[in-house]
Amino acid sequence: MPNHTDAPRRYPAKPAAAYLFSTCLVDQFSPEAGLDAVRLLEREGIAVHFPPDQTCCGQPAYSSGYPEEAKAVARLQLDLFPEPWPVVVPSGSCAAMMLHNYPKLFADDPVLGPKAVALAERVFEFTEFLVHVVGFSRHDEAAEPCTIALHTSCHARREMGVHATSAALLAGLHKVTVAQQARAEECCGFGGTFSLRHPEISEAIVTDKVASLKESGAEAVVSADCGCLFNILGHAEFLDKEAGRKPTLPGEHIASFLWRRTGGGDQA
Amino acid sequence: MSQPIHFHPSSGFDQRSREAMNDLHLRRSFRGAMDFLQAKRRAQFTDANELSRLRDLGEAIRRHALANLPQLLEELESRLSRNGVQVHWAQTPEEARAIVLEIAKRKEAKSVVKGKSMVSEEIGLNHALEAAGIDALETDMGEYIVQLAGEAPSHIIMPAIHKTKQQIAELFAAKLPGVAYTENVDELIRIGREVLRKKFATADIGLSGVNFMVAETGTLFLVENEGNGRMCTTVPKVHIAITGIEKVVAKLDHVAILNTLLPRSATGQPVETYQNFISSPRKPGELDGPDEVHLILLDNGRTQAYGDVQLRATLQCIRCGACMNHCPVYARIGGHAYGTTYPGPIGAIISPHLLGLGATHRLATASTLCGACAEVCPVRIPITDLLVRLRNEAQAADADSSLRGAGESRKPLVSILFRAWALVYRYPTLYRLSTWLMSRGRAFMPGYQGAWTGIRTPLIPAKKRLRDLMAERQRTN
Amino acid sequence: MNARDSILARLRAAPAGDPAPLPDVAGWYAAMPRLDAAERLARFKAAIEASHAEVHETYRSLWPDLLLSIAEQKGLRRFLVGGTPEAALLRSRRGALDFIDYEHAGIDWRDEMFANVDASLTNARCALADTGSLVLWPDSREPRMMSLVPPVHFVLLDASAIHQHLYEAMNKEGWADGMPTNAVVISGPSKTADIQQTLAYGAHGPKEVVVLLCRENQE
Repeated sequence: MPNHTDAPRRYPAKPAAAYLFSTCLVDQFSPEAGLDAVRLLEREGIAVHFPPDQTCCGQPAYSSGYPEEAKAVARLQLDLFPEPWPVVVPSGSCAAMMLHNYPKLFADDPVLGPKAVALAERVFEFTEFLVHVVGFSRHDEAAEPCTIALHTSCHARREMGVHATSAALLAGLHKVTVAQQARAEECCGFGGTFSLRHPEISEAIVTDKVASLKESGAEAVVSADCGCLFNILGHAEFLDKEAGRKPTLPGEHIASFLWRRTGGGDQA
Repeated sequence: MSQPIHFHPSSGFDQRSREAMNDLHLRRSFRGAMDFLQAKRRAQFTDANELSRLRDLGEAIRRHALANLPQLLEELESRLSRNGVQVHWAQTPEEARAIVLEIAKRKEAKSVVKGKSMVSEEIGLNHALEAAGIDALETDMGEYIVQLAGEAPSHIIMPAIHKTKQQIAELFAAKLPGVAYTENVDELIRIGREVLRKKFATADIGLSGVNFMVAETGTLFLVENEGNGRMCTTVPKVHIAITGIEKVVAKLDHVAILNTLLPRSATGQPVETYQNFISSPRKPGELDGPDEVHLILLDNGRTQAYGDVQLRATLQCIRCGACMNHCPVYARIGGHAYGTTYPGPIGAIISPHLLGLGATHRLATASTLCGACAEVCPVRIPITDLLVRLRNEAQAADADSSLRGAGESRKPLVSILFRAWALVYRYPTLYRLSTWLMSRGRAFMPGYQGAWTGIRTPLIPAKKRLRDLMAERQRTN
Repeated sequence: MNARDSILARLRAAPAGDPAPLPDVAGWYAAMPRLDAAERLARFKAAIEASHAEVHETYRSLWPDLLLSIAEQKGLRRFLVGGTPEAALLRSRRGALDFIDYEHAGIDWRDEMFANVDASLTNARCALADTGSLVLWPDSREPRMMSLVPPVHFVLLDASAIHQHLYEAMNKEGWADGMPTNAVVISGPSKTADIQQTLAYGAHGPKEVVVLLCRENQE
């Protein structure tokens, strides 16, 4: 089956309500990013619903060669979003899993197959949703100027085709300079279970990524994917601790960055 | 004496990768080459929309060819036979080698000049020829360098990509009589030219690969920059072409499209210097060209890939190498670490059919699934999907898979872990309980988290999960 | 079952995939903007020069003199020529060239050709504008090695014989109706970048390609 990812998606009008599928990483390790995403959406007048039974998109098993296990977990998520609202996912990787792989996983199932397709159609990556559905246009006039680097996850870039949306959101902030980094489009070396199965290759890749982010002159790195962030920031922090120095490459999820820059922090 | 291909590439993969990554020269060579090739390709395809439609067409041509493969092969065979080209079929590397040796024996050949042919690497032809007392000389400059060094190619298009000019200068000075050390590339190429010219003039057999075969006309199509391919297919009295059964296309004009995709994707050139269409041996009255042209069609596991509608897409490949040029893993470990004839992403998806999944499963795991390969593939092979599929097959519990070596690398412990993981993540109560325990026990989170913390700080669960924060907000609102 | 039948049987036994209709190659080229003759010539010249070939524009009646002067400049003396009227014309000119006739040289003379020929002259059947390529169908009068072995290759090209691309050449000239023993499309001198991606010319084939682009004589 041809796998064309460059066909443009159709976006709905800005809705009154949306679901948040937070992803297991945000839920457990980076809840602030999820909360900031909720705050951003609510400030734009969208009521955010968080189905409490959600767990994980199933990607760890899917990409490791365990489709049945992935299916069992994905199966749970299929029923969690009964209203026809968009499902916003603060991760390009998990969004891509739901958009592209759910329909494939359930393709042979006459009941769940159509369900997976219907869900996939209203799954949106967070920055994609802000740009194409919300029409986010807030500025950061009150904030201090800063220079940051943007890391776009490979799945956001290539499977979701939304590499432009994070950049567009940052470009909308007048006092943010986005530093140019070498090989911005190259993977950070995370790759989910790849980082555990091939730790040395993963290390070689993330070492280069951290180096080029630092060489860009950025004060911090932002990304719309927590997996990449944990990998990049975790390695940068590891190097700093080894060297006994202060953190040289902090970073955060783009939701938190946007929320703070556009005055969200003051209202909280 | 070239390096043997590894018949169990999975074992030793980690060791070879490690050695490659620790070799800073090598790392720099590959990085420089990858940056160069990526930039050159980008400059060739400035119109994303046009590229997208061209890839659609390339994919359609290859899919059409595969959908009609048995008929096209028969049509090709009958056309070629009518043109006077002798067609041979080989199911295995052994059969293919035997066919070459039989021709060489009949012609009492003492020397073979070889144009670039990855399939000849795949069947280990040089070893077989050498064992039979026949000189086998690689004539593509990169292949020649690699052969002189007693190595195997590390890239399917640029075989000596892992070598610096200093290393080549040393090699020439050491191995070629009367040659002094020089780092001047023009001079190094001139030396190679002189050595090889003498061989072309006297060789008994020329051996080449094939880029595409045209069923409609019975034509072998070869592209190259150097002219060694034309030498090998023109000068000796016998020309043997060897290729995989999948390389056929239906129509002559399909070549026009594929040939705009191939060089631009491969090396970022608008066109290669020579497009060589060979349709018959020398005809009466013609003053040069081989008296005999042979085509060897090799299966070697390709029919296994063909037998599965998803994995069949593997055979769409036109061997441009763009997937390896853009692969973050290949850029770090280079071609030799894979231990297979075809390295990089295409190697990871084709090698299981050639060598069995048991021997090659680790290659499919050596990818972050970043999708850079599939993004540049000129014929839109869904490489990441195929990597995932091979991972499934490698650990498949039931043995009803049609793939050789399926399930052989299943690891019971990993399977149990994933089953346990699925149990937790499919039942919200279990998930809530276990993540609650983790966030409460965060102080006891181990500082050592396996491979993760080898180079990263540990992952510590947040004090409160997002679901806790959301519940709190709901209570206060 | 022999290898052939086994392979074909396995292919035939495979499940059918999604339908794969014959691709619309003609449609792809029809959608391209058409170049007129002057544009095709300009595109051809720019592209083949970018591939390191020399192009000299001349007229039908003037090319032999032009060739002689270029040969003199380049210090080329031993010329391999075929059995064509153009070769005969060139030979009829006074000049400092030694001509070697491929036909009379015979196959045993191969070592000599590999070592001691300076240049050759052949006709091009036509050319391709988009890639800057020369199309040759070598035959008994102009054998295959003539465009391959000598270090300098002179090519006579009729300025009116420039197609927009390979597809047009194949289509208009009806290639699929009968391919020659060997057809070759040449885009500049032989080259390689196999040593550290550094481009070097004259890998195995000609180091120089000199195109004599002939227009019809002006009255």
